[in-house]
Amino acid sequence: MTAMQIVFILTAVVTLFAALRVVTTPNMIHAALWLIVALFGVAVFYLLLSASFLAMAQIIVYIGAIAILMMFVIMLTRREMRDRGPQTGPQWKWAAILSALLFGGLVWMVKSVSLPASPVAEVPESSIADLGRALVSPNGFVIPFEVASVLLLAALIGAVYVAWTRRNS
Amino acid sequence: MGILSQPIGVIAEWLRNLFLGWGLSEGLTTVLLYLIGAGVLATLVQVWVIFLIWFERKIIGRFQDRLGPNRVGPYGLLQPFADLIKIITKEVIIPRDADKAVYLLGPIIMDAGVLAIWAVIPLMPMVGMDVNVAALYTIAVGAFATLGILMAGWASNNKFALLSAFRTVAQMISYEVPTVLALLIPVMLAGTMSLQGIVEAQHVWYIVFAPLAFVIYFIASVAEVGRTPFDLLEAESEIVAGFHIEYSGMVFAIFYVGDFLHAFTIGALGAVLFLGGWRGPGAETFPLLGLLYLWIKAFLVYFLVVWARGSLPRVRIDQMMDFSWKFLTPLALILLVVAAVLDHFVMGFGMWGRALSHFAANVVIAVLTLRYLDHYDKVRESKRRMVAQPGQYPVARPPVPVETSTEAAS
Amino acid sequence: MIPLDWYLIVAAALFAIGLFGVLSRKNAVAILMGVELMLNAVNINLLAFWRYRAPTEPVGMAFAVIVFAVAAAEVAVGLALFIAVYRRFNSVVADDINLMKW
Repeated sequence: MTAMQIVFILTAVVTLFAALRVVTTPNMIHAALWLIVALFGVAVFYLLLSASFLAMAQIIVYIGAIAILMMFVIMLTRREMRDRGPQTGPQWKWAAILSALLFGGLVWMVKSVSLPASPVAEVPESSIADLGRALVSPNGFVIPFEVASVLLLAALIGAVYVAWTRRNS
Repeated sequence: MGILSQPIGVIAEWLRNLFLGWGLSEGLTTVLLYLIGAGVLATLVQVWVIFLIWFERKIIGRFQDRLGPNRVGPYGLLQPFADLIKIITKEVIIPRDADKAVYLLGPIIMDAGVLAIWAVIPLMPMVGMDVNVAALYTIAVGAFATLGILMAGWASNNKFALLSAFRTVAQMISYEVPTVLALLIPVMLAGTMSLQGIVEAQHVWYIVFAPLAFVIYFIASVAEVGRTPFDLLEAESEIVAGFHIEYSGMVFAIFYVGDFLHAFTIGALGAVLFLGGWRGPGAETFPLLGLLYLWIKAFLVYFLVVWARGSLPRVRIDQMMDFSWKFLTPLALILLVVAAVLDHFVMGFGMWGRALSHFAANVVIAVLTLRYLDHYDKVRESKRRMVAQPGQYPVARPPVPVETSTEAAS
Repeated sequence: MIPLDWYLIVAAALFAIGLFGVLSRKNAVAILMGVELMLNAVNINLLAFWRYRAPTEPVGMAFAVIVFAVAAAEVAVGLALFIAVYRRFNSVVADDINLMKW
């Protein structure tokens, strides 16, 4: 077992434990904090996959913006800070069974095909620059990129409109 | 390789041989060396805060026409140590209804987020982790400082602390946008996100290329650190003390240290991005000289932060948000686009030609911005005149006549 | 080196946990958190396949970047909706928001 594998297993254990706490803990703020731990674990996976740019983007976008906004909304939509009682609906048993079935099926599928044990090549030094060029080149991903930009703009305007309260009403 | 030309290299080599001599394996030795390096760096910069505290109190004292600390030791230099002893001996109080784990984690995460920035700062030539996404990394770990304050504000179970946490989120997320946009300009000019690469590319300091970007970076970073005039998150007169209202003793001290260190860290980052980092005469041959240069430049920017604190009043929260979204962000966007387009055309003009054309573009943008602000001010002023007649400013209204209430009663 | 299927299994577990969260939680923000976990699992898969199959082409990274953008847009609109719903119903529990149910 190499050092990389030890790091992988530790990260996987922490990430999955945090993810489990996200979906089970009754306290919503704690759920958001556990979500941050899980997202950070995913960023470590990106680093292990030598996608350092995406690892940083993951921390900025998910932890710096999404998770913090979620905590913000949780604090805003609570009359009292403490959540009492179970936070799961009566359907949780069915949900658990379905999730377990899905997990079992996916693992069976992964195990039934032969997958490479090591990458076919090293990541080139210029991978970040290549990504940048691919995102704006007409032969690459310029259309998805532009559509994503328009989507973000629409989401921005939509979010402002939906959450807006008219002052005089 | 002598101790003067590669000080860190020599020490690391000596330690490596020492560990290998003890019979440790190659991999373990590397891990140990990294840990020692991180530990030494983190300790040194935190100890440095002791001096910063003295410096800031002294300078603020002078700004306010007093002497500042001058009793303990020469020039009051030992005052921070006395404070340190006092704060260590204080009791750490945890409110009964506080969320204990989150309450204690808050300051640690805030401080760790600030310390983590130091991992990528190029202290001298050849020293410092050369990460190829370092510029992005500094923004990413900056998010943890926000997170720490948010956690502290929530876990204290105090309404003032919570209000402060709300303000923190609004302020830091808003000011992150201009910070990132201003930071993109040096990244674009150098063509790399590695901070070491940015320093090496600065044959001419980037403050010549982009003085406006430096100003935006400076203002937005001060807001992100939450220093006066943007210290809304700990406004004493409005929300008592903000997120650290319930903290005491050593747990509070961690916040205190994190705050000072954050201010100095933005100084160091500003020096690296815009003031040439370790660049200076003789820095290439004697790296320790480079460290000195970086420290002087970082100190200069830090002094600007203290200066702003000493001379500006606190802004209102709506003014602060307006300033970020309606002024800094559009200006940073314009600067970014202009710099990108201009750089495409002046690439072949040589070092100084490129620098001066960027500088000229910045001057033009600055003049246009000031003209626009002037115009905006006049328009607003004339609108205000239309509402309020001369001599009748809409100040406090006279009290409502009593008749209305009696009428309602009858 | 780490075998590819380790990544895939971790991603599958993360996806299943996220799905459980989406299906079982009552609070709308918690449901959104489950969705985020699922999107992250997908991103791990995309990047793992990119790293092991085509590391010289930026395809996998480009996919992941687009997923980031979509996730950010989704959270922005979703959270704005929750604020609006909270103003109206004084609750963000999914069961309470049943005006259209009959």
